[in-house]
Amino acid sequence: MISLLQGERFLRAPARVKSCGACIGWRRFHFKRRMAGGLILGDFLLVQTLNGLSFAALLFLLSSGLSLIYGVMKIVNIAHGSFFMVGTYVGLSVILKTNNFFLGAFAGGLAVGALGFIMERGFLRRFPLQALPQMMITLGFALLFRDLSLLIWGGDPYILPCPEYLKGSVKIFQVVFPIYRIFIFFVAAVVAVALWLFNEKTLFGAKLRAAVDDHEMAGGVGLNVPMISGCMFGLGAFLAGFGGVMGGPIFGVYPGLDFELLSLSFVVVIVGGRGSLLGSAVGSILVGLVDNFGKALIPELSYFTLFAPMALVVALKPTGLFGKE
Amino acid sequence: MKDRLTSKTKIIGLILTALGLLVMPPFYASYWITLLTQMLIFAILAMSLDILLGYTGLSSFGHAGFFGVAGYAVAILSTRYKMGFLFCFVSGVSLSILISMIFGFLVAHATGVYFLIITLALGMVLWGLAFRWVTMTGGDNGISGIVRPDIGLPLALKDPLTFYYVVLVFFLMAMVLMAILVRSPFGHSLKGVRESESRMRVLGYHSWLHKYLAYVVSAAFAGFAGVFWAYFNGFISPFDMDLNASIEIVLMVILGGPGTLIGPALGAGIIVFLKNFISAYTQRWLLILGTIYILTILYAPQGLVNLLKDWLKGRRNKACGKKLSD
Repeated sequence: MISLLQGERFLRAPARVKSCGACIGWRRFHFKRRMAGGLILGDFLLVQTLNGLSFAALLFLLSSGLSLIYGVMKIVNIAHGSFFMVGTYVGLSVILKTNNFFLGAFAGGLAVGALGFIMERGFLRRFPLQALPQMMITLGFALLFRDLSLLIWGGDPYILPCPEYLKGSVKIFQVVFPIYRIFIFFVAAVVAVALWLFNEKTLFGAKLRAAVDDHEMAGGVGLNVPMISGCMFGLGAFLAGFGGVMGGPIFGVYPGLDFELLSLSFVVVIVGGRGSLLGSAVGSILVGLVDNFGKALIPELSYFTLFAPMALVVALKPTGLFGKE
Repeated sequence: MKDRLTSKTKIIGLILTALGLLVMPPFYASYWITLLTQMLIFAILAMSLDILLGYTGLSSFGHAGFFGVAGYAVAILSTRYKMGFLFCFVSGVSLSILISMIFGFLVAHATGVYFLIITLALGMVLWGLAFRWVTMTGGDNGISGIVRPDIGLPLALKDPLTFYYVVLVFFLMAMVLMAILVRSPFGHSLKGVRESESRMRVLGYHSWLHKYLAYVVSAAFAGFAGVFWAYFNGFISPFDMDLNASIEIVLMVILGGPGTLIGPALGAGIIVFLKNFISAYTQRWLLILGTIYILTILYAPQGLVNLLKDWLKGRRNKACGKKLSD
């Protein structure tokens, strides 16, 4: 796979990617506008809001899986950011080989989905509802994944190639905005609706909810609860990997991406409330906007502006805004 | 039967440790002396977390934050304002205490997985500040050039051996203080909170206050360790207090044995040793560390010290059984 990446078809990301992953595109975009002349307040608000929303879309793809795992199985999955990163790397390799963006996205998702399934069935299952051992094991896997992907894909940052028909940009009022970011917002919306339908309207969704509400009773009436929770963990991982590839043309992928995004998606889940799809959506939008405005207005305290409100929410309402007891 | 190591094993262990730490160091190569110093500093840190994790039953995942805060306080005061050791030491530890007193209001009501998540978030707040508040902390680059202080001894602390002995003195001091704490009535009621918080509350104990104080005390000792880390390393960066660092401390405690003071110190020694030793030979340190995490949880979830205790107890029971049957 290394030789594959040494081809010339992919773009190497600029060096600054390393220092600031979560805001590469956004920061640069904003900077350009500031350089172009006086910044008009309305434009500024519009740009930052649009950027914040498309970032929120990505966060939703990442955090809905995390929320599923955390909310349903009460596992604090430290390896979730690694699923995102590994999925993106796999997607990158597949895209370079097949030149098909969506094939890459599904391959990335399926690969880490399988990894997640194995992790749950092989290891996490041995410590049901024990937060500390489970968390330590997922952390062990996070370190393994980080080092293995460094071994396989090397340490250079990559930007995934964006499909031809999604290149270009549109003009919204005074502001030029890339089509791909709007596209991402739609992908997230489709995933949200699909997840909701899956959860509420399908038989598997019903089994899943049964296993969540009372796993002993669900086992008693003949549901294969271990299998269901394995699949659930796999589904969460799939969403992360799929989201990673979708975000690839903007974020790129590089060593260290895993923990950087992990912290953001934790904020989303904590603020929104675990196990709640609506919570993930609202949390993503809040975090996307706060993060974006924070970085633009007071870059010095940008992490503080993000984490401090979260700490407050948790302190006042430990279950998050939309979480159930 | 009392849950203790047999006194003979204990005495042998004590003598060996005293030999290795007190008498032998002048004969070690300087590499081993710096390694030992590092082990002692992290041993203080791991023991401080154990007050929370092992004795009170609250798993904190933001503990490296307090370690780093004190380190940054020392770094800023000593490089920018040329302050002496005593001032830096006191302000480093007090800053940790102050921040933990504020954070304590947010965390002390939580238990279980919520405590874990909130402390994780608060640890990230501190890390985020260190990482992004560039004018104060130097951001990604950290702060370098922290000079070891003149503490009024005739010997210079630049000499690794002298510095080692100074750290050893402070390590013993911290250990004795923590041992007194966990054996005090307060320490016993912490254990009570660990075993059953609701029962403690019914018995009339103020469980919130116990958890709050345990959090503050453990942060104070983490700051204690952080001060020496800054002086030892001469350099501090956000990586000393990120999520990885926090979880590494938890690993030290779990590997060594939560609920004992010797255990976490031992765990810290093992992890620091492996980290330095293995990374000298291979690039794949993370791969090995990840494997250690998984194996520890799978095979020694109670820690090495407790495994050893069980093993000794089992052997003694066997011996007793033999005598009886004879």
